[in-house]
Amino acid sequence: MRIVIINYGAGNIQSIMFAIERLGFKAVLSNNPEEIQAADKVIFPGVGEASSAMTKLRESGLDSLIPTLKQPVLGICLGMQLMCNSSEEGNTKGLGIFDVDVVKFSNQVKVPQMGWNQIYNLKSDLFAAIPENEFMYLVHSFYAPNCPEAIATTNYDLEYASALQKDNFYGTQFHPEKSGEVGEKILENFLKM
Amino acid sequence: MLAKRIIPCLDIKNGRTVKGVNFVDLRDAGDPVELAEIYSAEGADELVFLDISATEERRKTLVNMVRSVAEKINIPFTVGGGISSVEDVEILLNNGADKVSINSSAVKNPQLINDLAQKFGSQCVVVAIDAKQIDGQWIVHLVGGKVPTELNLFDWAVEVAERGAGEILFTSMDNDGTKNGFANEALAKLSTLINIPIIASGGAGNIQHFVDSFKEGKADAALAASVFHFKEIEIKALKQELRNNGIEVRL
Repeated sequence: MRIVIINYGAGNIQSIMFAIERLGFKAVLSNNPEEIQAADKVIFPGVGEASSAMTKLRESGLDSLIPTLKQPVLGICLGMQLMCNSSEEGNTKGLGIFDVDVVKFSNQVKVPQMGWNQIYNLKSDLFAAIPENEFMYLVHSFYAPNCPEAIATTNYDLEYASALQKDNFYGTQFHPEKSGEVGEKILENFLKM
Repeated sequence: MLAKRIIPCLDIKNGRTVKGVNFVDLRDAGDPVELAEIYSAEGADELVFLDISATEERRKTLVNMVRSVAEKINIPFTVGGGISSVEDVEILLNNGADKVSINSSAVKNPQLINDLAQKFGSQCVVVAIDAKQIDGQWIVHLVGGKVPTELNLFDWAVEVAERGAGEILFTSMDNDGTKNGFANEALAKLSTLINIPIIASGGAGNIQHFVDSFKEGKADAALAASVFHFKEIEIKALKQELRNNGIEVRL
């Protein structure tokens, strides 16, 4: 199986690489369109600021490639947010895969949300054998509101979409690679699709 | 609900853990990876590695350690100690650290906070603040509490948050090592002034101290070293007791 992690200069890629290795798979880093298209699984990571990450994605031409991919694609954290219509962070236009607009948490809660929070309303094969209300590791200031494409929700400030799915595209706001054994199981579910 | 976090802190010298660590089942008491795995299995929510080595080889050794930890550990970890530039941070993050903690370098060059937040995102920038009370004023100190600055804890914390820190690690030098509890009044005041997470540090001696740091100190996370290293408090039992006290934890 060929697993490609999209390398566009935004993300803590090493942690994902190591998590995939712990599961007994190998991943390669790439920003090469042919290599990404030929992969069995594609992981789209991202941390940092939305508009600068999107600029990097455009510079490498990957913004038009990603929405056309046919294999399972998993966006993580900012990767998931960039797959949405837009983000309030830096007034960024997203890839438009998920029909939802990313907005900022209110100042009623500490921002960023940092730490372990529960996921529930689990709805996808991504969560096969994962019980409701498991804790996942999240670090984010912006969120995707609850919407029809939500496959998991989390409560912070309000109930929001902590995972999304549309067809072959999956996104998790949480970091499965940093969420203990349960997180690794979710990553494994994705890799075994 | 977002869980309160329990964070063991490991002091690292030349790639090895220091301070006597009372784990009889350890094959190698100085191996940070092995200790990290044990804490992770016991339910630690995060780990902090504080590098206190001062050799020329420091950076290379630390990077190797970070890489070994990231290979094995599936919970987040922070690396601190002697970090003073964007380049220092880049190499640690690229090798698998989730966050970095800066302290003296932020006081000497506050712009570093802005630069790191802009380049890597606030989520990986922890600013550690050591402070103690002098004539009723909380004064920021450097070099492990030895050198006072002109800065007031609360003013500095507000500035740090405005510059883009994602989290503050506040150590009360008055409480550190006393095992008499965390500086809950100062912690609670910090939470009213700034809207980023605050890690309480310094003073943990028993389980009730952790309960108090969350209830009275309004901390988002609590960090300790010796009570965990010497097994005076076990993380699982601690978290169970926190839950019994109505505090949300990941069990």
